[in-house]
Amino acid sequence: MLSAAFWFFATLMIAFGLGVVLLRNPVSCAMSLVMSFICLAALFVTLDACFIGIIQVLVYAGAVMVLFLFIIMLLDLRSEESRRLNVGATIGGVLVVSIFISLLIKVVSSSPVFSQTLPALIGPQQSDVKLVGMTLFRYFGLPFEVVGVLLLVATVGVIVLSRKSLR
Amino acid sequence: MPTLANYLLASGILFAIGLGGVMLRRSIIIIFMSLEMMLSAANLSLVAFSRYGLVSGHQNYNAQVLVFFIITVAAAEVAVGLAIIVSLYRARQTTHVEDLDTLKF
Repeated sequence: MLSAAFWFFATLMIAFGLGVVLLRNPVSCAMSLVMSFICLAALFVTLDACFIGIIQVLVYAGAVMVLFLFIIMLLDLRSEESRRLNVGATIGGVLVVSIFISLLIKVVSSSPVFSQTLPALIGPQQSDVKLVGMTLFRYFGLPFEVVGVLLLVATVGVIVLSRKSLR
Repeated sequence: MPTLANYLLASGILFAIGLGGVMLRRSIIIIFMSLEMMLSAANLSLVAFSRYGLVSGHQNYNAQVLVFFIITVAAAEVAVGLAIIVSLYRARQTTHVEDLDTLKF
């Protein structure tokens, strides 16, 4: 069951990810990315990380992609006209990606650590949200506040950037 | 049952697709979407390590907190990046990277 869910969602995620790179129309790309993120959230759930999965759907598939669609429609982007393919970039891209994947396969098959199957969770199971929250507020108080300041700075920065005239 | 290697490969392939998108696509918005995909792919491998490296029978929640921070920072990054793209479009009326070559050597 878990295995079937993994293969189903991993295949869908990669297929929609390819859609983002290969489709011409920016709106189709954004929709493809939304589907890819939803499949990724399902993969998080198969890893018993329900909280992260829900956050993924809320923040990425919800807020971030709405922002992307909003900007695409605001700028009224047309389909990318098919210009001449940049040969250097294409060769470089294919080369870097294939080197990356072959290195990854080499590393993953090098040690028996990577071929262990899903270990069973031991002990009483508590709610995922509670445990993440306990870890967050017990050990990561300062980083949490720093992230709060970062969000504030980003908000102010966006307002400054989107004013009519930049001085 | 899926192994750790399966999850790492899925994450790596998603990352590689994002990398290919950044290198091949010419529209700055699509490049930005590919960047988001690469960030999420890194999240998947973090969560996989958290689930497979159990700490006293539980998942390693430090990794999930790190994923939480990554998602927050990515959201802030999207907001700033899209604001930059909008003001770039106002100044130049294009989002095509080959038309934006002022800083090119």
